[in-house]
Amino acid sequence: MTSLRFLPLLLICLFASTVMAQVQEEEIPSDDPVIEQRLANLSKELRCLQCQNQTLADSPAGLAADLRREIRVQMKAGKSDQEIIAFLTQRYGDFILYKPRVTYTTYLLWFGPFVLLLAGLYVLFRYIKQRGNLLVEKPLSAEERRRAEELLASTPGKETT
Amino acid sequence: MLRYLIPLGIFLVLVIFLAIGLRRGDPHELPSALINKPAPTFRLPQLKAPEKTFSNEDVRGKVWLLNIWASWCIECQREHPYLFEYAKSGVVPIYGLNYKDKRDDALAWLGELGDPYLLSAVDLDGRVGIDYGVYGAPETYVIDQSGTIRFKYVGPMTPDVWSGKILPVIQRLNRQGTSQ
Repeated sequence: MTSLRFLPLLLICLFASTVMAQVQEEEIPSDDPVIEQRLANLSKELRCLQCQNQTLADSPAGLAADLRREIRVQMKAGKSDQEIIAFLTQRYGDFILYKPRVTYTTYLLWFGPFVLLLAGLYVLFRYIKQRGNLLVEKPLSAEERRRAEELLASTPGKETT
Repeated sequence: MLRYLIPLGIFLVLVIFLAIGLRRGDPHELPSALINKPAPTFRLPQLKAPEKTFSNEDVRGKVWLLNIWASWCIECQREHPYLFEYAKSGVVPIYGLNYKDKRDDALAWLGELGDPYLLSAVDLDGRVGIDYGVYGAPETYVIDQSGTIRFKYVGPMTPDVWSGKILPVIQRLNRQGTSQ
Protein backbone atom coordinates (compact mmCIF):
# COMPACT_ATOMS: atom_id res chain seq x y z
CA MET A 1 0.00 0.00 0.00
CA THR A 2 2.81 2.37 0.85
CA SER A 3 4.15 2.25 -2.67
CA LEU A 4 0.82 3.54 -3.95
CA ARG A 5 1.29 6.72 -1.98
CA PHE A 6 3.89 7.85 -4.46
CA LEU A 7 1.83 7.01 -7.50
CA PRO A 8 0.31 10.52 -7.95
CA LEU A 9 3.77 12.03 -7.64
CA LEU A 10 5.13 9.60 -10.21
CA LEU A 11 2.31 10.42 -12.60
CA ILE A 12 2.91 14.14 -12.20
CA CYS A 13 6.59 13.67 -13.01
CA LEU A 14 5.71 11.60 -16.05
CA PHE A 15 3.24 14.05 -17.50
CA ALA A 16 5.09 17.18 -16.50
CA SER A 17 7.74 16.39 -19.09
CA THR A 18 5.18 16.22 -21.88
CA VAL A 19 3.67 19.54 -20.83
CA MET A 20 7.11 21.14 -20.90
CA ALA A 21 7.71 20.07 -24.46
CA GLN A 22 7.84 22.98 -26.82
CA VAL A 23 5.31 23.46 -29.58
CA GLN A 24 6.95 21.84 -32.55
CA GLU A 25 5.88 22.12 -36.12
CA GLU A 26 6.97 19.54 -38.64
CA GLU A 27 10.09 20.32 -40.60
CA ILE A 28 9.48 20.46 -44.32
CA PRO A 29 12.51 19.55 -46.43
CA SER A 30 13.09 21.49 -49.59
CA ASP A 31 12.00 19.91 -52.87
CA ASP A 32 15.34 20.85 -54.37
CA PRO A 33 17.87 18.05 -53.73
CA VAL A 34 20.78 20.44 -54.33
CA ILE A 35 19.63 22.66 -51.47
CA GLU A 36 19.13 19.66 -49.19
CA GLN A 37 22.66 18.46 -49.98
CA ARG A 38 24.13 21.91 -49.37
CA LEU A 39 22.17 22.18 -46.11
CA ALA A 40 23.44 18.76 -45.01
CA ASN A 41 27.05 19.82 -45.63
CA LEU A 42 26.72 23.26 -44.10
CA SER A 43 24.80 22.24 -41.00
CA LYS A 44 27.52 19.72 -40.12
CA GLU A 45 29.83 22.67 -39.51
CA LEU A 46 27.35 24.60 -37.37
CA ARG A 47 26.61 24.18 -33.72
CA CYS A 48 23.18 23.82 -32.21
CA LEU A 49 23.03 26.57 -29.59
CA GLN A 50 20.51 24.86 -27.40
CA CYS A 51 22.39 21.60 -26.96
CA GLN A 52 25.86 22.95 -27.71
CA ASN A 53 27.54 19.61 -28.24
CA GLN A 54 25.57 18.67 -31.29
CA THR A 55 25.77 19.95 -34.81
CA LEU A 56 22.88 21.73 -36.40
CA ALA A 57 22.47 18.70 -38.65
CA ASP A 58 21.91 16.24 -35.80
CA SER A 59 19.96 18.34 -33.35
CA PRO A 60 16.26 17.78 -32.76
CA ALA A 61 15.95 21.08 -30.84
CA GLY A 62 13.33 23.60 -31.93
CA LEU A 63 15.86 26.32 -32.61
CA ALA A 64 17.97 24.00 -34.77
CA ALA A 65 14.93 23.24 -36.91
CA ASP A 66 14.22 26.97 -37.21
CA LEU A 67 17.78 27.67 -38.28
CA ARG A 68 17.68 24.87 -40.84
CA ARG A 69 14.48 26.35 -42.22
CA GLU A 70 16.10 29.77 -42.37
CA ILE A 71 19.13 28.34 -44.17
CA ARG A 72 16.82 26.66 -46.73
CA VAL A 73 15.03 29.95 -47.34
CA GLN A 74 18.32 31.77 -47.83
CA MET A 75 19.72 29.10 -50.15
CA LYS A 76 16.58 29.28 -52.22
CA ALA A 77 17.09 33.04 -52.43
CA GLY A 78 20.49 32.33 -53.96
CA LYS A 79 22.72 33.11 -50.98
CA SER A 80 26.13 31.49 -50.89
CA ASP A 81 27.32 29.37 -47.97
CA GLN A 82 29.66 32.18 -46.95
CA GLU A 83 26.83 34.68 -46.86
CA ILE A 84 24.72 32.35 -44.73
CA ILE A 85 27.60 31.77 -42.29
CA ALA A 86 28.07 35.55 -42.07
CA PHE A 87 24.33 35.93 -41.39
CA LEU A 88 24.48 33.41 -38.55
CA THR A 89 27.69 34.63 -36.92
CA GLN A 90 26.33 38.18 -36.95
CA ARG A 91 23.50 36.98 -34.75
CA TYR A 92 24.96 34.15 -32.72
CA GLY A 93 28.66 34.92 -32.75
CA ASP A 94 31.55 32.65 -33.70
CA PHE A 95 30.27 30.12 -31.18
CA ILE A 96 27.91 28.76 -33.81
CA LEU A 97 30.87 27.59 -35.90
CA TYR A 98 31.99 24.10 -35.00
CA LYS A 99 35.32 24.79 -36.63
CA PRO A 100 36.71 27.82 -34.83
CA ARG A 101 38.02 30.65 -36.95
CA VAL A 102 41.73 31.46 -36.87
CA THR A 103 41.80 34.77 -35.00
CA TYR A 104 44.13 36.10 -32.32
CA THR A 105 41.85 34.68 -29.63
CA THR A 106 42.09 31.19 -31.09
CA TYR A 107 45.81 31.12 -31.92
CA LEU A 108 46.51 29.11 -28.76
CA LEU A 109 43.80 26.65 -29.71
CA TRP A 110 45.04 26.19 -33.27
CA PHE A 111 48.79 26.33 -32.76
CA GLY A 112 49.12 25.26 -29.11
CA PRO A 113 49.35 21.55 -29.96
CA PHE A 114 52.16 22.18 -32.47
CA VAL A 115 54.07 24.23 -29.89
CA LEU A 116 53.68 21.34 -27.45
CA LEU A 117 54.84 18.90 -30.13
CA LEU A 118 57.97 20.95 -30.83
CA ALA A 119 58.67 21.28 -27.10
CA GLY A 120 58.27 17.52 -26.71
CA LEU A 121 60.63 16.84 -29.63
CA TYR A 122 63.23 19.19 -28.13
CA VAL A 123 63.06 17.42 -24.75
CA LEU A 124 63.26 14.02 -26.47
CA PHE A 125 66.35 14.93 -28.54
CA ARG A 126 68.10 16.38 -25.52
CA TYR A 127 67.39 13.22 -23.55
CA ILE A 128 68.67 10.96 -26.32
CA LYS A 129 71.81 13.04 -26.66
CA GLN A 130 72.46 12.92 -22.94
CA ARG A 131 72.08 9.16 -22.89
CA GLY A 132 74.48 8.90 -25.83
CA ASN A 133 77.13 10.73 -23.81
CA LEU A 134 76.77 8.23 -20.98
CA LEU A 135 77.91 5.35 -23.20
CA VAL A 136 81.70 4.92 -22.89
CA GLU A 137 83.61 2.25 -24.75
CA LYS A 138 85.66 0.17 -22.29
CA PRO A 139 87.95 -2.42 -23.88
CA LEU A 140 88.47 -5.82 -22.15
CA SER A 141 91.62 -6.35 -20.19
CA ALA A 142 93.90 -9.28 -21.12
CA GLU A 143 92.68 -11.31 -18.15
CA GLU A 144 89.01 -10.75 -19.08
CA ARG A 145 89.68 -11.74 -22.68
CA ARG A 146 91.34 -14.98 -21.59
CA ARG A 147 88.38 -15.85 -19.35
CA ALA A 148 85.90 -15.08 -22.11
CA GLU A 149 87.71 -17.39 -24.55
CA GLU A 150 87.82 -20.11 -21.92
CA LEU A 151 84.05 -19.83 -21.36
CA LEU A 152 83.33 -19.91 -25.08
CA ALA A 153 85.50 -22.96 -25.56
CA SER A 154 83.72 -24.87 -22.79
CA THR A 155 80.21 -24.15 -24.12
CA PRO A 156 78.29 -27.43 -23.97
CA GLY A 157 77.03 -28.92 -27.23
CA LYS A 158 79.75 -27.29 -29.24
CA GLU A 159 81.15 -29.45 -32.07
CA THR A 160 84.72 -30.34 -31.16
CA THR A 161 85.45 -33.00 -33.80
CA MET B 1 64.77 18.74 -6.80
CA LEU B 2 63.58 19.27 -10.37
CA ARG B 3 61.92 15.86 -10.46
CA TYR B 4 59.56 17.05 -7.69
CA LEU B 5 59.04 20.54 -9.04
CA ILE B 6 57.89 19.46 -12.51
CA PRO B 7 54.86 17.43 -11.33
CA LEU B 8 54.04 20.20 -8.89
CA GLY B 9 54.18 22.74 -11.72
CA ILE B 10 51.91 20.61 -13.93
CA PHE B 11 49.52 20.20 -11.00
CA LEU B 12 49.39 23.95 -10.40
CA VAL B 13 48.67 24.69 -14.06
CA LEU B 14 45.85 22.14 -13.96
CA VAL B 15 44.42 23.72 -10.80
CA ILE B 16 44.49 27.16 -12.41
CA PHE B 17 42.65 25.95 -15.51
CA LEU B 18 40.06 24.07 -13.46
CA ALA B 19 39.51 27.14 -11.26
CA ILE B 20 38.92 29.30 -14.33
CA GLY B 21 36.50 26.68 -15.65
CA LEU B 22 34.57 26.61 -12.37
CA ARG B 23 34.37 30.37 -12.07
CA ARG B 24 33.14 30.85 -15.60
CA GLY B 25 29.72 29.76 -14.40
CA ASP B 26 27.02 28.53 -16.70
CA PRO B 27 28.51 27.26 -19.97
CA HIS B 28 25.16 27.94 -21.61
CA GLU B 29 25.71 31.64 -21.15
CA LEU B 30 27.18 32.75 -24.43
CA PRO B 31 28.53 36.16 -25.25
CA SER B 32 26.04 37.92 -27.47
CA ALA B 33 27.29 39.00 -30.86
CA LEU B 34 24.80 41.86 -30.83
CA ILE B 35 26.06 43.91 -27.87
CA ASN B 36 26.62 47.52 -28.98
CA LYS B 37 24.94 46.81 -32.30
CA PRO B 38 21.63 48.32 -33.41
CA ALA B 39 18.66 46.21 -32.34
CA PRO B 40 17.31 44.40 -35.42
CA THR B 41 14.14 46.04 -36.66
CA PHE B 42 10.91 44.12 -36.43
CA ARG B 43 7.24 44.86 -36.73
CA LEU B 44 4.99 42.19 -35.27
CA PRO B 45 1.33 41.85 -34.26
CA GLN B 46 0.55 42.45 -30.61
CA LEU B 47 -0.56 39.53 -28.48
CA LYS B 48 -3.60 41.12 -26.90
CA ALA B 49 -4.53 43.26 -29.88
CA PRO B 50 -3.59 41.26 -33.00
CA GLU B 51 -4.91 43.98 -35.31
CA LYS B 52 -2.24 46.35 -33.95
CA THR B 53 1.48 45.97 -34.41
CA PHE B 54 4.53 46.76 -32.35
CA SER B 55 7.94 47.72 -33.63
CA ASN B 56 11.18 48.39 -31.79
CA GLU B 57 11.16 51.71 -33.66
CA ASP B 58 8.06 52.72 -31.66
CA VAL B 59 10.05 52.98 -28.43
CA ARG B 60 13.06 54.83 -29.78
CA GLY B 61 14.32 57.60 -27.53
CA LYS B 62 14.18 55.79 -24.21
CA VAL B 63 15.85 52.89 -22.49
CA TRP B 64 13.63 49.82 -22.56
CA LEU B 65 13.71 46.08 -21.97
CA LEU B 66 12.75 43.40 -24.43
CA ASN B 67 11.93 40.22 -22.56
CA ILE B 68 11.65 37.00 -24.57
CA TRP B 69 9.07 34.67 -23.05
CA ALA B 70 6.78 31.77 -23.86
CA SER B 71 4.14 29.77 -22.05
CA TRP B 72 6.13 26.56 -22.64
CA CYS B 73 9.17 28.05 -20.96
CA ILE B 74 9.53 26.81 -17.40
CA GLU B 75 12.21 29.28 -16.37
CA CYS B 76 9.96 32.13 -17.54
CA GLN B 77 7.54 31.12 -14.81
CA ARG B 78 10.29 31.54 -12.25
CA GLU B 79 11.08 35.00 -13.53
CA HIS B 80 7.48 36.13 -14.00
CA PRO B 81 6.53 37.28 -10.46
CA TYR B 82 9.64 39.49 -10.26
CA LEU B 83 8.75 41.25 -13.51
CA PHE B 84 5.81 42.90 -11.75
CA GLU B 85 8.16 44.43 -9.20
CA TYR B 86 10.54 45.66 -11.87
CA ALA B 87 7.66 47.09 -13.91
CA LYS B 88 6.10 48.75 -10.85
CA SER B 89 9.38 50.42 -9.90
CA GLY B 90 8.98 52.48 -13.07
CA VAL B 91 12.69 52.37 -13.85
CA VAL B 92 12.26 51.02 -17.31
CA PRO B 93 9.41 50.03 -19.63
CA ILE B 94 9.28 46.27 -20.19
CA TYR B 95 8.03 44.92 -23.49
CA GLY B 96 7.53 41.23 -24.12
CA LEU B 97 8.31 39.12 -27.15
CA ASN B 98 6.14 36.03 -27.10
CA TYR B 99 8.49 33.54 -28.72
CA LYS B 100 7.27 30.52 -30.69
CA ASP B 101 4.11 30.15 -28.70
CA LYS B 102 0.46 29.47 -29.42
CA ARG B 103 -1.67 32.57 -28.99
CA ASP B 104 -4.24 30.79 -26.83
CA ASP B 105 -1.58 29.30 -24.57
CA ALA B 106 0.16 32.64 -24.23
CA LEU B 107 -3.06 34.48 -23.39
CA ALA B 108 -4.07 31.80 -20.88
CA TRP B 109 -0.62 32.03 -19.26
CA LEU B 110 -0.87 35.80 -18.85
CA GLY B 111 -4.47 35.43 -17.64
CA GLU B 112 -3.37 33.02 -14.96
CA LEU B 113 -0.12 34.64 -13.82
CA GLY B 114 -0.88 38.26 -14.68
CA ASP B 115 0.62 40.50 -17.33
CA PRO B 116 3.62 42.63 -16.30
CA TYR B 117 4.32 43.79 -19.86
CA LEU B 118 3.27 47.07 -21.42
CA LEU B 119 2.51 44.83 -24.37
CA SER B 120 3.82 41.68 -25.96
CA ALA B 121 4.63 41.20 -29.63
CA VAL B 122 4.08 37.80 -31.21
CA ASP B 123 7.00 36.05 -32.87
CA LEU B 124 5.11 33.00 -34.02
CA ASP B 125 7.79 31.25 -36.09
CA GLY B 126 10.82 32.53 -34.19
CA ARG B 127 12.15 34.50 -37.15
CA VAL B 128 12.67 37.69 -35.12
CA GLY B 129 14.24 35.48 -32.43
CA ILE B 130 16.87 34.43 -34.97
CA ASP B 131 17.61 38.08 -35.74
CA TYR B 132 18.16 38.73 -32.05
CA GLY B 133 20.27 35.61 -31.58
CA VAL B 134 17.76 34.06 -29.18
CA TYR B 135 18.71 30.52 -28.24
CA GLY B 136 16.70 29.92 -25.09
CA ALA B 137 13.94 31.75 -23.30
CA PRO B 138 13.84 33.70 -21.08
CA GLU B 139 16.23 36.25 -22.50
CA THR B 140 16.26 39.96 -21.76
CA TYR B 141 17.75 42.72 -23.87
CA VAL B 142 18.52 46.21 -22.60
CA ILE B 143 18.11 48.62 -25.50
CA ASP B 144 19.17 52.25 -25.21
CA GLN B 145 17.77 55.57 -26.45
CA SER B 146 19.38 55.22 -29.88
CA GLY B 147 18.02 51.70 -30.37
CA THR B 148 21.31 49.97 -29.61
CA ILE B 149 21.48 46.72 -27.68
CA ARG B 150 23.63 47.40 -24.60
CA PHE B 151 23.15 44.27 -22.57
CA LYS B 152 21.68 40.82 -22.83
CA TYR B 153 20.84 38.40 -20.08
CA VAL B 154 20.00 34.76 -20.71
CA GLY B 155 17.97 33.08 -18.00
CA PRO B 156 15.45 34.21 -15.40
CA MET B 157 15.89 37.76 -14.12
CA THR B 158 15.95 37.04 -10.40
CA PRO B 159 16.37 39.95 -7.94
CA ASP B 160 20.13 39.23 -7.76
CA VAL B 161 20.46 39.50 -11.51
CA TRP B 162 18.24 42.56 -11.59
CA SER B 163 20.07 44.61 -8.97
CA GLY B 164 23.52 43.26 -9.84
CA LYS B 165 23.51 43.25 -13.62
CA ILE B 166 20.46 44.82 -15.27
CA LEU B 167 19.73 47.84 -13.08
CA PRO B 168 23.29 49.25 -13.19
CA VAL B 169 23.22 49.14 -16.99
CA ILE B 170 19.85 50.92 -17.11
CA GLN B 171 21.01 53.60 -14.66
CA ARG B 172 24.22 54.16 -16.59
CA LEU B 173 22.31 54.49 -19.87
CA ASN B 174 19.80 56.89 -18.30
CA ARG B 175 22.61 59.06 -16.95
CA GLN B 176 24.36 59.11 -20.29
CA GLY B 177 21.09 59.88 -22.04
CA THR B 178 20.24 62.90 -19.86
CA SER B 179 23.78 64.32 -19.83
CA GLN B 180 23.88 64.50 -23.60
